[in-house]
Amino acid sequence: MFEVIAAGEGPLFMDPDADKAREYFHAKNRALVSKVMTVSEAVGKFVHDGEYLAIGGFGANRIPTAVCHEIVRQRKRNMAFAGHTSTHDFQILAAGEVFDRCDIAYIIGLEARGLSPNARRYMESGKVQSCEWTNYAMACRLKAAAAGVSFIPARNILGTDTFKHSAAKVIKCPFTDEKYVIYPALWPDVSAIHVHESDVYGNCRIKGISIADLELARASKRLIITTERLISNDEIRSNPTATVIPYYLVDAVCEVPYGSYPGNMPYEYFSDEDHLRLWLNVEKDLDEFKGFLDKYIYRTRDFSQYLELCGGIERINQLRAIENLIDLNGRG
Amino acid sequence: MSDYNTMEMMICAAARNLEDGAAVAVGTGAPCAASMLAQKAHSPNLVIIFEAGGIAPLLPTMPISVGDSRTYYKAVMASGMCEVMETLARGMVDYCFLGGAQIDMYGNINSTVIGDWEHPKVRFPGSGGANDFGSMAWKIMVITPQDSRRFVERVSFITTPGYLDGPGSREEAGLALNTGPHKVITNMAVMGYDPDTKRMRVESIHKGFSFDDVQENTGFELLKVPDVVETPEPTAEELRLLREEVDPNRYIIGR
Repeated sequence: MFEVIAAGEGPLFMDPDADKAREYFHAKNRALVSKVMTVSEAVGKFVHDGEYLAIGGFGANRIPTAVCHEIVRQRKRNMAFAGHTSTHDFQILAAGEVFDRCDIAYIIGLEARGLSPNARRYMESGKVQSCEWTNYAMACRLKAAAAGVSFIPARNILGTDTFKHSAAKVIKCPFTDEKYVIYPALWPDVSAIHVHESDVYGNCRIKGISIADLELARASKRLIITTERLISNDEIRSNPTATVIPYYLVDAVCEVPYGSYPGNMPYEYFSDEDHLRLWLNVEKDLDEFKGFLDKYIYRTRDFSQYLELCGGIERINQLRAIENLIDLNGRG
Repeated sequence: MSDYNTMEMMICAAARNLEDGAAVAVGTGAPCAASMLAQKAHSPNLVIIFEAGGIAPLLPTMPISVGDSRTYYKAVMASGMCEVMETLARGMVDYCFLGGAQIDMYGNINSTVIGDWEHPKVRFPGSGGANDFGSMAWKIMVITPQDSRRFVERVSFITTPGYLDGPGSREEAGLALNTGPHKVITNMAVMGYDPDTKRMRVESIHKGFSFDDVQENTGFELLKVPDVVETPEPTAEELRLLREEVDPNRYIIGR
């Protein structure tokens, strides 16, 4: 039997029980049916107050921006959030005060761009109950869930305050006597991932890095896919090697061209650094920020309207050039 | 060569610690510039790895994010976080670069909170991948300004493990053997760690600064090696590479 040597003091927001998860996934529909719907329908149908939410991508890289906006627009409340590799997605959800519990690996910051003043205010307000982890710790929790087991050992976090404020435990290996941290599986109630291509059933292709999205897709009880473009099932079947998320994991497929904007979409368009800077600047003043959110989220109908407000196709074309290292100034 | 700024000095000093054939896990900013410079100057086979999945890219420009598309431009592999972190766990990554709000005499790093964790005075992003890198790479390197608010006796929160409480404590906690803090590169000096006490010690001091300058800007007693030398200045070739090839837009060296 494992001897538990140390235990983190942080709260566990989700039950890591593997048999309960199996029961859930057993009941999940595996029929080949179209799941195409609007983002508004998907969020209305699959995202509920009080549930545990995770967002794919890496902060401002291949993120499902439209779903983040829609969750805020539909004023979802009291959710728990996986603050894992999150930057602009966290900024949007914190602006909507969507969550009141947070598993923290990386929050508030937008990497080299600086810290979000509003997300910081929200996290310092006392409104959010939190638990500390690391990016790999959260990836491990999803990996355990994807593997259908209730925990997974790893070799980070040991000896630190990050461990002390986590809900991890330390055990001794029954084979070698080495110490390992063990992470509880995390099965999010609902997640959203943005992909390059999907068919109507939810068979997905991703280009570039996968971050922790392959694990996240498999761990999530419900999964909303936004895709740059829909492709045919024939196309999927012509090259099954390219499929990274099989359809039976997916509950909704929403075609959202440029859907990672203002984030980077690999091989498609680069991040809009001007727009991300605008967010960071406008957040300094609460009234100004309220007006900004009204304009860009609450009073916009959907993502395509948001994109128009941000410069539309003309702006996207500039970001395409940046992504593909094309110098537009050299033209005749 | 005297026509260079502080950031250029730090990047060059850091780059020289990356030998050919080594693997280094980096973030954006100065560490990335140092790794790119090392690759161009003296370590063509340096393997640069990003936490989100980019492995051995031929970086065309400075990445903005450790997950943006530059981090796997012409890379050997666009993988994922588990692939990268497990490569560290298997012992195949020699160095990592880390930053943070505070560092202490044992090289412990805080990037989580200032003040009480329950009611923080200031909340920072948290570990991200820092604890993972600092736990599982062989050697930790830090590039940071010398400032007594950053170099504190004891960090208020250990986000990422240095030598924890001193000799033997990483091993006692269960971290991999023979890992830990290696170098700290600042605007004034290059520091390492005393092998017996695991405490930070000054190894070389940049031109124009004295040991007292370094000590005055450090919130704990620094040790020093018996033969503290002057840090070699950047060479003309290093500066050329840095300015023309690594960071022509001066995103980092213009700071």
